[in-house]
Order: sequence, then structure tokens, then C-alpha cells
Amino acid sequence: MIATLPLTFLLPLAGTLILAFFGARLGARGSAGVGVSSVALAALATALLAHAYLAAPEAQTLTLWRWIAVGDFQPTIGLRLDGLSLTLLGVITGVGLLIHWFAAWYMHGEEGVTRFYAYMNLFVASMVLLVLGDNLLLLFLGWEGVGLCSYLLIGHYYRTAANVRAAFKAFLVTRIGDAFLAIGLFLLFRELGTLDIAELLRRAPERWAAGDPGVELAALLLLGGALGKSAQLPLHTWLADAMAGPTPVSALIHAATMVTAGVYLVARLHGVFLLAPGVLWLTGAIGALTLLAAGCAALAQTDIKRVLAYSTMSQIGYMFLALGVAGFEAAIFHLMTHAFFKALLFLAAGSVIVSCHHEQDLRRLGGLWRRLPLAYAGFLVGGAALAALPLVTAGFYSKDAILWQAFAAGHGELLLAGLLGSLLTALYTLRLIVGIFHGAAGSDGARRAESGKGLAHGLPLVSLMLLSTVLGAWIEPPLAGVLPAPQHGPAGWHLALEVLAGSVALLGIALGAWLFLYRRAWLAERVAQGRGARLWRLWHHGWGFDAAYEGLLVRPYRGLVSGLRGDAIDALGQRPARLAGWLHGALSRTQGGKLRFYAVSMVIGATLILLVMVAAA
Amino acid sequence: MNGVPMAHGLVLAAVLFALGLAGLMFRRNMVFMLLSLEVMLNAAGLAFIVAGTAWGQAEGQAMFLLVITLAAAEASVGLALLNQLYRRFKTLDIDTASGMRG
Repeated sequence: MIATLPLTFLLPLAGTLILAFFGARLGARGSAGVGVSSVALAALATALLAHAYLAAPEAQTLTLWRWIAVGDFQPTIGLRLDGLSLTLLGVITGVGLLIHWFAAWYMHGEEGVTRFYAYMNLFVASMVLLVLGDNLLLLFLGWEGVGLCSYLLIGHYYRTAANVRAAFKAFLVTRIGDAFLAIGLFLLFRELGTLDIAELLRRAPERWAAGDPGVELAALLLLGGALGKSAQLPLHTWLADAMAGPTPVSALIHAATMVTAGVYLVARLHGVFLLAPGVLWLTGAIGALTLLAAGCAALAQTDIKRVLAYSTMSQIGYMFLALGVAGFEAAIFHLMTHAFFKALLFLAAGSVIVSCHHEQDLRRLGGLWRRLPLAYAGFLVGGAALAALPLVTAGFYSKDAILWQAFAAGHGELLLAGLLGSLLTALYTLRLIVGIFHGAAGSDGARRAESGKGLAHGLPLVSLMLLSTVLGAWIEPPLAGVLPAPQHGPAGWHLALEVLAGSVALLGIALGAWLFLYRRAWLAERVAQGRGARLWRLWHHGWGFDAAYEGLLVRPYRGLVSGLRGDAIDALGQRPARLAGWLHGALSRTQGGKLRFYAVSMVIGATLILLVMVAAA
Repeated sequence: MNGVPMAHGLVLAAVLFALGLAGLMFRRNMVFMLLSLEVMLNAAGLAFIVAGTAWGQAEGQAMFLLVITLAAAEASVGLALLNQLYRRFKTLDIDTASGMRG
């Protein structure tokens, strides 16, 4: 059974190659067919693997070949199937399939469908390699691969300069994190002599005592990589701009899979992080800060995709919070449910955007619930899961698990942040849903909205709706044995916490409904002037991180670069170039085309050579 | 053979070669350039003959046969070029054919 494991990334890779070489002949429909079916086959292979694994849960490794052999450094192309990688594999191929399918509807009639599917398939292949790699080098290969695909797909509509800038920004900012990760890998290899993950986790406690500065540094560097990829403070600024790509890209890459790679990395290397309590605390603190900061920013966005982007940062903040309190299982569980309901929200948003003739400004939408019933249902179910509506949604159970882990680990401040965050989540979710579907339509596009039709539009939405309800929470990731067991807090308190978390969510929903349904005029007045307007502007611009980076990093760097243009060293480098140019001019002037001049030159040259020979003899 | 010292023969060859070379360098008419080339070739041939005779070796005469053959081939190619030059430019001035200047 394990032999089918490579198929999970080879099939999408084959899809990419077919689309790259024969895409022009396939046309748009054929390209979509190839793109969807390659992921469908990969999902089928995953289902077979999951079936076999759940019957006999035993971690297996499949080594395909030795990648590089340099002395002791012999990384392999090795795939590891265990509960953690299987969970991620299921999310990538399963949710990936639904999104690919939906994209066939979303991208219909757009240009560049072949390119889109080629990159999407390449993304799936890279992401599968990332989670299956049994050594950190292979993981890094996948890590860079998904970064590349993210860049390519954000810039899908490359004719608009702003989209290209957004893609460039995403690439650069995540690259900062990747540099940290690469240095972390160097450090781990130097200290432990291996990049094989299982071996690494075995050797780390032998090499380092808990809290050793060496392991703290290694964990900090790994965390840097995770922060960049997962859009956490302070490397989060790229995700909101990344919404420039097509909406299925946002659903797959910037909500369900790639941005959670950082969570996967920390969970996979939990042994290293558990040895570094300082960095583990930092992880939780950054998660808590991000979830609050991004939650506030989500309240003041006007683009529906940007609301969802900030919400994604906030939800990944929850996962980092869980990682910070060593609740690895809770983090992965939330990763899975978040993939379901956030993909649903993005696809529903995509449905609204296409139905309203590419209108995605909250102020220009409204009153659509009667016209777009399926998208409305998608937003209601996904929004309920996001806001953790008690008992019936998947999001409630996963978020509750995180809060319980924070409580059990005795981190009161993180628990408080989590509860406050769920209040914010409920508020911005309500604002989003009310803004799109209630009130009066703000534009012609919204008034002329036509609901999407067809299986490719409906089935992914309905499937994800089912997965976002309590049904999704029944999928229990088989993580026992891979990750440390969750902590058991004081008995009896769990129910109390559940009631507390549930009532906070309900309070948030009620407050949001009251504010956004019945107090709109009052709210609009508040944010129009004075302190409210200043707060709105601050949150609307994401706490001013972009402006700060622009002023502190980008502009000084640009100034430095333009100042250094034509410095002394450069001028020195210009000398040989100018000399070569001058010689070229002189020599080309001798090519006068006069035969007699050539003859005279030859005679003079021959005479000189003869003279030299005679003189030398 | 005796009487004429080798040095005299070689000086004559050098003078002929220099005359031919000067003609090649300073005449603009292509007919005269070809003539000068012939003179130079024959000067070289004369040097071979003189040296071969002085040292009593037959290779000098053999080389002269090669030189004559070469001169014949050169004359045919040269005359074909001359023909083309005249057809294209209606003149025999070699300086008009300077289209390949750098």
C-alpha cells in the first residue's frame, strides 16, 4: 500500500507537465479537465492510503533514492507516512480537489486557464512533498516550491502592476522567513549531523539539555521560517496583498494549505521546540498577538477577500497559540477544520464575486441573500464555524481544544487572548455576512447578480459546508504517537471552559448582529470622525505595518542603492568596459573596406615580424 | 652552372618582388594589381631556381612548377573577379569596392 505514496505528488506533477507541454492543444476545457483529474487521482490514492493506514496505524517510511551523497551528508528522497502527514495529505488533496473543481467554474471564460491549472497542480505536488518529506531538506524543497507557486499564482493577472507588486512582496517577505529556516537547517545539521527528522528528534535531547542556548537559537530560526510562511507578526504583511490572485488560489494556498505550513513545521519538529521553552513561549505570544491584531484589522477592511485574509492570519494565530502551549494536536486539529471552513468561505466569496461581475467591495455589495442562496448558505455555515458557534460547527470543537490546552498549560494570558479573539472573530464575521447579504445593494453589479450554476459550482460548496459542520469535527486526526499527548488539565473544568467559550462566541454573534443589523447608522457616524476615524484608519491599514516597513526598510534601502550607484568601486569596474569600447572603435575603423590599405598593412606587419625575428636571431 | 653568383640572382628576385609589391600597394587599377601579383610570384619562382641551381638540387625546379600552376589558378580567379568588378562598378578602380568597411 505504501507503494502508492509517491503517486500523491507524482500525479499532480504529471498534470503540470502535461499542461506545460500540451496545454495549447488542450484548450481551456481540456486544461481544466487535466488539472482537476490529476488532483482527483491523487485524492483517490490518499483515500486508499488512509484506509490502509487506519486499519493498521503504523508509521512507515519509503525511501525512493539517495538524493545527494557528500561525505556524511546523504539526504534521501524519502517519504514518511504517519498520522500527521496523512492528516495534512488528506487536507491538501481532499480540499485541494474541491477547490480545483470549483475553479473550473470560477475560471470559466478567463484567460490563462492552462497556466492557472499548471501552477495549481505544481503547488499540490510541492505541498505534498513538503508534508511527506522524511528529512528537512526535502521539506525545504517543498517549502520553496509552494512559495514559488504562491508567487506565480498571486501574479496570475500580471497585466496589472499592483498584482505583480503583491506577488513580489509575498515572495520577498516569505523569503526573509525562508532565510531564517535555511540557517536553522544549517545549524541543526552542524549540531546534530543529520537532517532526517526522526533521527533529529532522537538526537536533539541527547545533544541539548532543555533551555540550552544552542537549541533555543535553532528553534528561534525555525520559528522565523514558520512566521514568514504562516503570515504571523511581524512577517504577516504579505498575506492581505496576496488576495490579488484568483479566489480559488486564495482558498487553496492562502487559507487552507500553504500558510499553515509553518504550523506543520513546528508540530513536526516539536521535539526541538519542547527543548526550547523560551521560543515556545514566544510562539504562543506571537500567535496571541497576531490573532488579536489581525482580528481588529479584519473589522476595518472593505474588501471581502481582505477581511478573509486577516481572518486567516487571526486563525493561524490560534494555531500558533496552541503550539506555544505545547498543544500540538489541538493546533493540527484546528488546521484541519480551518482548512474546511476557510476554504468554504473563500469559495463562497468567489461565488459572490463572479456572480456580481467582479465586485468585491463590501460597500458596493449588499442585499444578496435572496439572489445568491447557495453562497449565502456557504457564508452562514462557514461564518458560523469561523465564529465557533457552539456544538453544531467544526470550528467550535477545534477552537475549544486550543483554549483548553492553553488553560491546562496554565497560560491564563493566552487563554484570555483566545477568548477576546473569538469575540472579535464573531464581530468581523457578522460584519462580513451582513455587509454582503443584507441591507441595500450598493452597485449595479450587485443588483444584477446571477447565481452560479452547475455541479462544479455547487458540489464543492456543499461538500465543504458539510465538512464545516460538526461532521468535520468527527474526523479525528490519527495523531497519537506522532505528537506528544495533549495535556489533561484539572478535571471538571473542561465543561466550564466550553460553556465559557461558547457563551463568548454567542455574545459576539449577538453583539455583531445588533451592531451591524440595527446600529449601522450609528456605527457609520462613529467611524466617520474623531477618535473612531483614527482607529478605523489604523485598523484599515493593518496597524500601519506596511507604512512602517516602507519608511524603515524599503525607502532607506532604495536611497542606499541609488546613492551607491556610480560609487568608486563601480567607477573602477567601468574602466575596463570603457577601454574595451575604445579599442573596439579603433579596430573597427581599420576595416575601411580598401583593399590596398589591407595590403599595405599586411606588408608592414610582415616586415615588422621579419625584423623582430632577425633581431632575435 | 657557374658565372652568375647566387647573390646576384637573389638580389634580382628581391628587386622584382619589391617592384611587384609596390605595384600591388600603390596601383588602383585592378589589371595592374594582378600583373604585379604575377611579377611577385615569378620573383619567388626565380629565387627557387637560383637557390636550387646554386646548391645543385632539383627541388628548386619542382617548386617553380608548383608556382606556375598556382599562378595560373590565381590568374583565372583574379580575372573572374576583375570581370565581376567591371560589371558591377563599370570601372576597374579597386577602391570603389569598399562595401565591407567596419
